[in-house]
Amino acid sequence: MTLLDVVIFLPLAAFLMILFFPKGSVEGIRRFSLIASTAIFIFSLGLIGPYWFNTPGRWTFVTDLPWISSPAIRYHVALDGISLWLVILSTLLTPICVLVSWRHIDKRVKEFFAFLLLLEFGLVGVFCALDFFLFYVFWEVALVPMYFLIGVWGHDRRIYSAVKFFLYTMAGSVLMLCAIIYLYTQAGNTFDYVRIVAGLQNGSIPLDSGPQLMLFLAFFVAFAIKVPLFPLHTWLPDAHVEAPTAGSVMLASVMLKMGTYGLLRFCVPMFPEAARRCSGWIITLAIIGIIYGALVAMVQPNMKKLVAYSSVSHLGFVVLGIFTFTQQGFDGAVYQMLNHGVSTGALFILVGFLYERNHSLEIASYGGVATPAPNLSIVFMITMLASIGLPMLNNFIGEYLVLQGAALVYFKWSVFAAIGVILSACYMLWLYQRVFFGRASDEVSRHMPDLNMREYAIIVPLIVLMVWMGTFTQSFIPPISASNAVLLGPIDAGRQVRNSTPPKGLRAQQNRAQQNKAGAKELSDAR
Amino acid sequence: MYLWLIPIFPLIGFLLNGLFGRRMSKPMINLFAIGSVALSFAWVVKTLLGLGSLDTKYVEHYFTWIQSGALEIGVDFAVDRLTAVMLMVVTGVGLLIHIYSIGYMSHEGGYYRFFSYLNLFMFFMLVLVLAQNFLLLFVGWEGVGLCSYLLIGFYFLERYATTAGNKAFIVNRIGDFGFSLAVFLIVKNFNTLDFTKVFDAAKGMPTEQGYGTLTIICLLLLVGAAGKSAQIPLYVWLPDAMAGPTPVSALIHAATMVTAGVYMTARSATLFMHAPIAMDWVAVIGLATAFLAATIGLVQNDIKKVFAYSTVSQLGYMFLGAGVGAFSAGVFHLMTHAFFKALLFLGAGSVIHALSGEQDLRQMGGLRKYTPITFVTLMCAGIAIAGIPPFAGFFSKDEILAAAYVRSPWMYWIGVVTAAMTAFYVFRALFMTFFGEYRGHQHPHESPYVMTLPLAVLALLSAGGGFINIPKWLDPIFPEKVEPANEMLMYISVAAGVVGIVLAYIMYVARPGLADSMAKSAGGLYNLLYNKYFVDEVYDAAVVEPLVKGSRTVLWKGVDTGLIDAIVNGVGARSRGIGRIFRLLQSGNIRSYAAWVVLGSIVLLLAIGFVGGPR
Repeated sequence: MTLLDVVIFLPLAAFLMILFFPKGSVEGIRRFSLIASTAIFIFSLGLIGPYWFNTPGRWTFVTDLPWISSPAIRYHVALDGISLWLVILSTLLTPICVLVSWRHIDKRVKEFFAFLLLLEFGLVGVFCALDFFLFYVFWEVALVPMYFLIGVWGHDRRIYSAVKFFLYTMAGSVLMLCAIIYLYTQAGNTFDYVRIVAGLQNGSIPLDSGPQLMLFLAFFVAFAIKVPLFPLHTWLPDAHVEAPTAGSVMLASVMLKMGTYGLLRFCVPMFPEAARRCSGWIITLAIIGIIYGALVAMVQPNMKKLVAYSSVSHLGFVVLGIFTFTQQGFDGAVYQMLNHGVSTGALFILVGFLYERNHSLEIASYGGVATPAPNLSIVFMITMLASIGLPMLNNFIGEYLVLQGAALVYFKWSVFAAIGVILSACYMLWLYQRVFFGRASDEVSRHMPDLNMREYAIIVPLIVLMVWMGTFTQSFIPPISASNAVLLGPIDAGRQVRNSTPPKGLRAQQNRAQQNKAGAKELSDAR
Repeated sequence: MYLWLIPIFPLIGFLLNGLFGRRMSKPMINLFAIGSVALSFAWVVKTLLGLGSLDTKYVEHYFTWIQSGALEIGVDFAVDRLTAVMLMVVTGVGLLIHIYSIGYMSHEGGYYRFFSYLNLFMFFMLVLVLAQNFLLLFVGWEGVGLCSYLLIGFYFLERYATTAGNKAFIVNRIGDFGFSLAVFLIVKNFNTLDFTKVFDAAKGMPTEQGYGTLTIICLLLLVGAAGKSAQIPLYVWLPDAMAGPTPVSALIHAATMVTAGVYMTARSATLFMHAPIAMDWVAVIGLATAFLAATIGLVQNDIKKVFAYSTVSQLGYMFLGAGVGAFSAGVFHLMTHAFFKALLFLGAGSVIHALSGEQDLRQMGGLRKYTPITFVTLMCAGIAIAGIPPFAGFFSKDEILAAAYVRSPWMYWIGVVTAAMTAFYVFRALFMTFFGEYRGHQHPHESPYVMTLPLAVLALLSAGGGFINIPKWLDPIFPEKVEPANEMLMYISVAAGVVGIVLAYIMYVARPGLADSMAKSAGGLYNLLYNKYFVDEVYDAAVVEPLVKGSRTVLWKGVDTGLIDAIVNGVGARSRGIGRIFRLLQSGNIRSYAAWVVLGSIVLLLAIGFVGGPR
């Protein structure tokens, strides 16, 4: 049993333990959830160990045990540089969400925290499962608690939003399930990701371009809904507006990354040819999403909807980065997943703080908050600046790398996508002006208390992370880069078959192709 | 040489004042704010003395900032002769303005907030000039923009201030859009962002005749510079930026930040020299901006607005200099302008302070009796900007105009006309302020020494700064063709300045009332100028309104709600039955939830087993 197994199963254990708490001991449940989720976070930090001094491109913390013999389902989990940070992001945000919900959730407290921990179990599992069936189980395990978080603890239109969320995601999941089953039969009765990828690469698993395209699209649609990619995004604003703060945070910060993670981990390396064939369309959608999300965010009267549409815009950058098939694009995409998790999570939390004070999400019912609550305004300002990509804060790095990767392939892509960077400043600054500046008008704003200790404990770690991730990126990027080089292997191989001359761009691309070959070899050796 | 200490002092000042300033006394805040900048200035002096003649660039590498594939971007600082000039200007003028602010801000709320922003600005500005690669320069570039935004909106209770702040940030973002695209292209073509490597590689490239890669890069850099340095068509934010406290206008919106575009252009001189078309664009945009902003400045009644348009206009001169190949003259003018324009703003601040916040020239007059030091120092600044020898502005402006004449005479002539207008509007403002009878209702008083002392120092620099031979100092960096000085040109430009001053004297001192009647007789033109050519209104109607309205009606209500959601809800309606089942699930009983999860998993397992298992 590795540390990773511990980190995966501790949330489940905590979930089960909460079930044994008496319903009435609200305070006990809260404390237990906080302690448990903090402990899980601390354990998960131990996962950085192997990545501390070197950057292995191969898997770490591998556990590969038979689970069900027929069909051959294995409990195969492992970690690479991408999963590492996504797991830590999940385990970091769970205790933060517990704190966020401390007073905010006052009905069915036990169920709420139980679901939160179950959600963590699903999320952590998704990011390290290497068996398709296992992946699918975790995927659904994460889906169910989120459905309830929205449907039970949401606002007025919660049922509509929850069902919409569920139907959208289920539609994608079904497609993915079909694709998984097809792959299972093609690959000779195995769900194993590592084996399937190796087989697809060396040709031992036959896959014509027609079925490859179909499989790619099936996976792609499932993940694209989750991202969400334009035009499959309309579930997101509704889900966010209705969800309780913790639900919004987990949804935006971690759950959306299930989609982009899936694209990166499965779609591109398994079906490089199809991915390359569709990349033009997908990038077009991503760029439309970037600009469209920003423009629609600009005219939202509701804060949460505004942040939700901004997510559509930000996640467009991630998809763009992935489908450039460049090292910079990949690195930027992964980094942007983490950045978005931290800064948009923080934005939702701060909107939640405002909501707890004034019981309104409408921008128009605020104004002049900076006078009664200066510290809240400052942290909101920093978070906003991170979100709009100010250098030395986290998002800048991700956006820069993505756009740089796009520019290396087609300069025009970066031109269009960078428009989103301008627009992000528009909608965020206007939001800030309307909420925080001006004279505090009505009674509510004037009696808006500043941050309390609990709220500091929630937001300060995230602020520190924003600065850290923007300034000392080398604490985070090397493992990501190494793993991305491995993932890029098949798609680079495909490119070299197609045209013998390497594309114009960084000379690095060529060096990297060699690294990738080594990486791909490691990958098959790991089996 | 520990170059990193130079920006780190103000950063520490920012953190101390920002985190604890609310609970600290004013002397403590002053100590951290001014002390940190003073230390920074001292360290600059020590460093430059230690580095001596700086025949080669001095570089320090600290750590890798970003590494992805073969793209490596370091946090590297460097000092060469250009940076040395900038460091002296930024820390020197910055220190003076910090000291001045003690007096100016003494009655204002948010004292600690003001100084922490100002310190943060110094940090980013110093990063900007010390950076040894384009992306690190961009850190400073965006950072100073942020501080500008914060300080313009310093009086955040007032809507006009925060709106002006937003405008500055967003217009700058449009410029930064160009800059970042230039960065992408530089990486694409040079595989690096390091200044030395990029420029060495560029030196070996042929001079482009058409719109080649280098030209595109330079034009994109120009877009960035136009945003930051308020050039056509992105100058609109700077006049509005005067909503900030006056020391901010002096430091950020006159002396240092707005010159960042000029600095960046000079820094990239090697690229520009290989892209003559881009050079032409720089020159033409600079000249057009200089001229148009000067015409607007002729008729403004707000003392800060006059100087703001003057800044836009003078920045245009600097770009003209860069565009005609006289980079060192552009940087020279950058320095002298920092002296006299900071002085003009600080002096204006002193006047405003004396009049308890009055900024309208029509409410001033006769102040030379009440504020003698401010009067004398402002006159120095006026003579300097008018280009009268031997004051500082004369030398630098003359260099630019001479170079423009060599490039093409018509540029010179427009420059001369602009110089005449410059002299006119500055002296118009000064005459309206200090001569005649006092027209307002306040009790004017001279400012405290903490404010007048910086004025005096800047007055000395405005008077004598021209004798610091910047072009010679920068000669190794910008090798220039030596042109024989044409004395005739010099006399003409000086004469233009004199004519401007005399006209202003006639219209506003000797025969007051003449100006009003002239304004009436040229009603249409006067209105056009007074309303700044209606550029803001045009931008609003052509860009902002359609964007906002289109997003609301077409994209949000149309595409999102009307189209996509309608389709989804159509599907959803059919599956309402499913929704009803889900509602049953929501029993609130955790055991039943868990049961559902388990049951679902079992169903899935069975399904898999039937489909794929038995084989």
